[in-house]
Amino acid sequence: MNRLNQLFNEKNNNLLSIYYTAGYPTLNATLDIAEALEKAGADFLEVGFPYSDPVADGPTIQHSSQQALDNGMTLNLLFEQLADLRKRITIPILLMGYVNPIVQYGVERFCKKAAGVGVDGVIVPDLPMYEYESMYALFFKDNNLSNIFLVTPQTSPERIRKIDALSNSFIYLLSSSSITGGSLNVSANIEEYYQRVKDMQLNNPTIIGFGITDKASFSKACEYANGAIVGSKFVKLLGEENYLEKIPKFIQSIR
Amino acid sequence: MKYGVNEQGYYGDFGGAYVPEMLYPNVEELRQQYLSILDDPAFRAEFDKLMKDYVGRPSPLYFAKRYSERYGANIFLKREDLNHTGSHKINNAIGQILLAKRLGKKRIIAETGAGQHGVATATVCALMGIECVVYMGEVDMARQAPNVSRMKMLGAKVVPATSGSKTLKDATNEALRDWIANPVDTHYIIGSVVGPYPYPEMVAKFQSIISYETKKQLLEHTGNELPQYVMACVGGGSNAMGMFYHFLDDEDVKLIAVEAAGKGVDSGHSAATTFLGKEGVLHGSRTILMQTDDGQVVEPYSISAGLDYPGIGPQHAHLYKIKRAQYASVTDDEALQAGLLCCQLEGIIPAIESAHALAQLEKMQFKANDNVVICLSGRGDKDLDTYIKHFGY
Repeated sequence: MNRLNQLFNEKNNNLLSIYYTAGYPTLNATLDIAEALEKAGADFLEVGFPYSDPVADGPTIQHSSQQALDNGMTLNLLFEQLADLRKRITIPILLMGYVNPIVQYGVERFCKKAAGVGVDGVIVPDLPMYEYESMYALFFKDNNLSNIFLVTPQTSPERIRKIDALSNSFIYLLSSSSITGGSLNVSANIEEYYQRVKDMQLNNPTIIGFGITDKASFSKACEYANGAIVGSKFVKLLGEENYLEKIPKFIQSIR
Repeated sequence: MKYGVNEQGYYGDFGGAYVPEMLYPNVEELRQQYLSILDDPAFRAEFDKLMKDYVGRPSPLYFAKRYSERYGANIFLKREDLNHTGSHKINNAIGQILLAKRLGKKRIIAETGAGQHGVATATVCALMGIECVVYMGEVDMARQAPNVSRMKMLGAKVVPATSGSKTLKDATNEALRDWIANPVDTHYIIGSVVGPYPYPEMVAKFQSIISYETKKQLLEHTGNELPQYVMACVGGGSNAMGMFYHFLDDEDVKLIAVEAAGKGVDSGHSAATTFLGKEGVLHGSRTILMQTDDGQVVEPYSISAGLDYPGIGPQHAHLYKIKRAQYASVTDDEALQAGLLCCQLEGIIPAIESAHALAQLEKMQFKANDNVVICLSGRGDKDLDTYIKHFGY
């Protein structure tokens, strides 16, 4: 059982996850930020590895990715930085990024390396389910890594069932069909969608992401799912001075 | 078809649909519907009528006498530059707008490099009375200013892409983001044979009218529908795919695609994808792209905005890998010289994109009776500033 499953066994509501980009705002900030987030009470983390053409991301995360690349961040370097991960951090860690850097690194090699440094799961928004199932699922399984799938308001019930069957930790519910960094639109439609997914009584827990920016949107998400993810809003904080010292207050402002 | 797509959307090792879940329903809707819509006789009739009466097809296959004397072979130009809006891009735009209407879409988005696809899309949206938003790199907006004005006159909103190299790649990213945010009412008219399946196949089918006509016209000109050579320029590769399509299975026909070498293949300022790229995933499909060892996309460079793209369509990647087609490249200077030569020998001002294909003629050896068809994909009005600056006219 990996750390993610353990977390969901121990705690199944109000889980708070934070996304940030490795190598931003400075090249070597990755583990310091993780440590500060764990101390401040985040339940698990998503560390993005930067890509030059992040089509699912809005301006804030795209800017952080470009800055991280300009700082010199690469997958190789990230794995070197994460060598000390489990000496410093106990909460689950996910890596998030796009498929091309992983393909260039080698998917099997990537899975081994990620598991080796203590990573628990991976989110690759543009990795097709068909390709994962037919080519890569075994690499993930062999390394006890979870692959996290996304679900949007437009995802069909049949596809959600299939995603549930292929998942072994949690399912990432997008609050809307949009790029990252939008605002959460709690319309009747969205609540209907959350309720619809909740009523499906999936085997896997669900975490809501995209547009979670404050206590209100976090609490609303937690009414329907096991927790929520904050991304762009936190990445913005990393652009400020003395960001490490501001992290505890930031976490308190969310939950 | 021997070199066609399989059921999963792959051409050999290339293709597929690498899209975030947010785009899955859109792409899936297209995949499920496009074939039956294209096969519908009513669709076909509407498409054919617009091609004839609105676009002005068939475009002539012109026997270029003075070119033929110079190169010692029978050189034919497939005159896509004579189409309404000035390039081959209108073929695909008409096809996709009719498709979008049948899918019940209320809004059209597009990306454009040279502006030819943007103008074609703005044109068909005006024709059908549908809202149109075109994404265009900030750099391309400056170097293709006449096309920006044309799009605005046609009622389209032109949105500058300001990230990365501010060219076609970045415009494509912005258009994909727009589609993610507007999944239900919007259709994305991709302008080349790139993107997630079924786009490469669908765009190739709409552009295949080029090779379909060429075969019939060659038969009239030469008594044989098959030439020895078929040539075209390649950025994403839509005019080349249209020019190759009905010749793919005729193995004796040599297919030659010409990429933009920019300031030279090894200069660090180039868009010669097959020379500089390797296999990977870009804009939704597995293909060949220019990238770092770490999988970051490398900024391309070409004087021609339409070829300034770091990848090629997946079917091109397949044809390259299995060597069914030959991929060559010519520099900015060679292309500009070839453009001027075309003006002076044939009285035709070609788009700088098309001039790349013409420049390749200088590097080839033909037999006396070889028949050679070159796709003249677009006209050079939009490039006059670049020509004028370069040659000092």
